[in-house]
Amino acid sequence: MRLVTVAGPPSSGKTSIIIKTIEELRQKSFSIGVVKFDCLSAQDEELYSAHNIPIKTGLSRGLCPDHFFVSNIEEALRWAKERNFDFLITESAGLCNRCSPHIKNVLAICVIDNLSGVNTPKKIGPMLKLADIVIITKGDIVSQAEREVFAYRVRQVNPRGMIIQINGVTGQGSFYLAKLMEKTSIIETLQGATLRFTMPGALCSYCLGERKIGDDKQIGVSKLVNFRGEEQAKGEE
Amino acid sequence: MRTDLLHMTINELRKMMPWIEDYFSAFAIDSVQFGNKKLEELGSILGEDYFIEMESSSFAFIDGFFLFIEQARALQQGNGFTVESLTVLPGRNKNEEKEAFSVELKKGEVTAIVGPTGSGKSRLLADIESLAQDDTPTGRKILVNGRAPDDEERFSTEGRFIAQLSQNMNFVMDLSVEEFLTLHAESRMVDEISHVVQKIYDTANILAGEPFSRETPVTELSGGQSRALMIADTALLSPASVVLIDEIENAGVDKVRSLELLVSNNKIVLISTHDPLLALSADQRLVIQNGGISKLLRTTLDEKKYLKSLEKIDRKLTHLRNQLRRGEEIDISDFPVQLNL
Repeated sequence: MRLVTVAGPPSSGKTSIIIKTIEELRQKSFSIGVVKFDCLSAQDEELYSAHNIPIKTGLSRGLCPDHFFVSNIEEALRWAKERNFDFLITESAGLCNRCSPHIKNVLAICVIDNLSGVNTPKKIGPMLKLADIVIITKGDIVSQAEREVFAYRVRQVNPRGMIIQINGVTGQGSFYLAKLMEKTSIIETLQGATLRFTMPGALCSYCLGERKIGDDKQIGVSKLVNFRGEEQAKGEE
Repeated sequence: MRTDLLHMTINELRKMMPWIEDYFSAFAIDSVQFGNKKLEELGSILGEDYFIEMESSSFAFIDGFFLFIEQARALQQGNGFTVESLTVLPGRNKNEEKEAFSVELKKGEVTAIVGPTGSGKSRLLADIESLAQDDTPTGRKILVNGRAPDDEERFSTEGRFIAQLSQNMNFVMDLSVEEFLTLHAESRMVDEISHVVQKIYDTANILAGEPFSRETPVTELSGGQSRALMIADTALLSPASVVLIDEIENAGVDKVRSLELLVSNNKIVLISTHDPLLALSADQRLVIQNGGISKLLRTTLDEKKYLKSLEKIDRKLTHLRNQLRRGEEIDISDFPVQLNL
């Protein structure tokens, strides 16, 4: 099984890119399954089904979506093996911009779009910084200069990754992505595999369902913003 | 070289490579504050926790630093690659009939693409943009300097030598014209940024018809002004040596001058158009029918001769348009006389 993790902010074009790339892979007679991880709802299932792509959806609902991803990825892989797919592609939205589902030695792709603004690459964490391939979408509707600046900004935060421009509507460029996916190595299991990055800690009363606000309600790991700058910091010391 | 750079202070590095500041800023490191510290010391001064907060590590920071320099230098030197020619090898039209001939596009030449709406003009532009290798619906192959490009050349973002301009493209950045051009110039690592910015701004204003200020937000420019700025920027700052233009005729830019500007910068220009003025300003025109290239016409001397009167008509129409805009009364009684038609 070849496993590929695709992550990116909502509406960046992940689903379109995956579908176009699967169409390319199918021309070479590969069979591919997709697992979509999301929080509340995912309408993409219909989109995948319309293209006859086997799809499973996992909704994290009350849980942190990325932690949810890690606890389910092994099972997803098992599903894909039972169905004898050549590829399993997972799709997840990097919702807090801080997490990253990328796993060591598993092809990691981040999808990000030109419309998201030049400062966005700096704001997105390991999901972008540690990706092997960065796909930039929506290049057809912004100026040449903006495409160049945006790619440069991505390069700044991820000097290692490969940057590819893909048009999610026409699929231009997905041919090459398919070729790169083919080269990724086969894995049997994820037991013992390591995440590329530590997920942010969240272990406090609110994780456990607390809804009331107040000092005495906060138990566990928390962090306070210093709103008064230097002045307060000194006062506290 | 690696050890030399590690022993240098941040100030020394900044002096040598001013753009390196971009890399430090990605890690929220104030290069002025740490100016007299050595690069190798930064890791221990800031501490590992700092880099972990930045979702990185001090090792990755240093490693990335050298990768960034490498790529920045490649960008600066413009990989030394120039496109002398593109060749479009025959593909098939919508009836699966083979196109009859191949077409060569040379540096400094303009080629117009003409044909009915839906005939496949944009498809041809897309084939060229993706440097098709018998893997698009038309089955065309595009050669660069006489040979088929490899995958890396086709798809990697660095080393891209094709720029695209179309009616659908808009500016989306929340910046003024000046800030925008400065940002682009910085990312291209040019020397004398203010000089380049001034030149593009001046050129765009000549092309635009209605002048705009440096302080105008790019998102507030009119269609014509945006197009003018994109063209001037592509001609003078983009590394691309091939420029594909999809329908700019209605945008109210000085079309003929725009084309001249692009060509004078030694680019290969393709323009899909229905505008007689643009089509005849080109050196040759490709006729597309039913998805395939059906004819290649060199612009004849006769056609070139009429170009002058076409330009006159066009200028007259532009003048009328401006008069309307300003709310003036229109007198067109002398219109045909002036043209000597």
